[in-house]
Amino acid sequence: MSDQIILRVATKIVVPPIVLFALYVQFHGDFGPGGGFQAGVILAAALILYGLVFGLRRTQKVAPSWLVRTCASLGVLIYALVGVEGIVLGGHFLNYSVFFPLHPEEGQHLGILLVELGVMVTVFGVMATVFYFFAARGREDL
Amino acid sequence: MELVLTFLLLAFLGATALGVAKTRNLFSAVVLAGIFSFLSAGLFTVMDAVDVAFTEAAVGAGVSTVFYLATLALVGGKVRAPEIRITTVKEKQTARTPRFPLVVVVVTGAILIYGTLDMPPYGEPNNPIHRHVTPRYLEETDEEIGVPNVVTAVLASYRGYDTLGETTVVFTAAVGVMMLLSRLKKRDELGEEPWGEEPVESLDVGFGALEPSLESGDRLAEGEGRAEELAT
Repeated sequence: MSDQIILRVATKIVVPPIVLFALYVQFHGDFGPGGGFQAGVILAAALILYGLVFGLRRTQKVAPSWLVRTCASLGVLIYALVGVEGIVLGGHFLNYSVFFPLHPEEGQHLGILLVELGVMVTVFGVMATVFYFFAARGREDL
Repeated sequence: MELVLTFLLLAFLGATALGVAKTRNLFSAVVLAGIFSFLSAGLFTVMDAVDVAFTEAAVGAGVSTVFYLATLALVGGKVRAPEIRITTVKEKQTARTPRFPLVVVVVTGAILIYGTLDMPPYGEPNNPIHRHVTPRYLEETDEEIGVPNVVTAVLASYRGYDTLGETTVVFTAAVGVMMLLSRLKKRDELGEEPWGEEPVESLDVGFGALEPSLESGDRLAEGEGRAEELAT
């Protein structure tokens, strides 16, 4: 689709706000609707839109295959490590209150933020990986 | 106003579902499925479940539509009549007559509707689901977590364990897709079976049935025969 000038220009205009919106959904999830899962999907949607218009090769210059695959597993790792950190600091698994024993809410805030970050990273990685695999199949140069 | 909106959305939802089931063109089925997701997202919004609506719009209408379209680009966009048959001998005899599935569906539906008669009335504030842990979450979140969005607090903190499991499931799904598609890709490149000595015929049948150029009936019958051979 890279010969369609309207699609190319529109995509270039639209992709940065989509990425920004994903970050907004991620970091504003404590206050409004949204969170890691939605943010990850929106971030992946930006990448997929770019990939549909400009092709797989140019997309993989932005986010190489190994990177999105690492993201997929890294997010789960972040999540689990935040949980283990609770044990290390003397609480239960996934109990964030012990991060700041004097201010449990601050700990909860930090824990939720990190955990949602893990969810976003995994969901983004998974969606991008699946898209890469679908797009790469059956054609040598997309 | 809200009631009108709900009924309108439900009516469109039903119409789209029928359209998906009726159409033989897979491309329009995919687009209709996307519309179905958007309508569900609208319904969730009417019910004040904004987070769920958000997810439905992003995943159901956005990303999965793209994945469906990517699949269609690989396998072709049209099917003949639905000719998928079940392989066991007993079911082969009964499944041919169209009345049997109808009876099964009607009876199952009747049982399910009978089951809902025992459910508490919809949206009643005194229902068990609203009296168990929900009040605690709603009342204590502000003090314990300090996060205005209770959904986020429940998801990431109170039920953080569940969300860890969900994230792992999403990750596992990606691993499954990677294993399946990279194996198929390897077979394309090498021109041989990556599945080991015994070729898995059922998978071939599954993909072959969607290809428009193939005589799907013959192909299926062939697969059936081989599956029976493997079973014996």
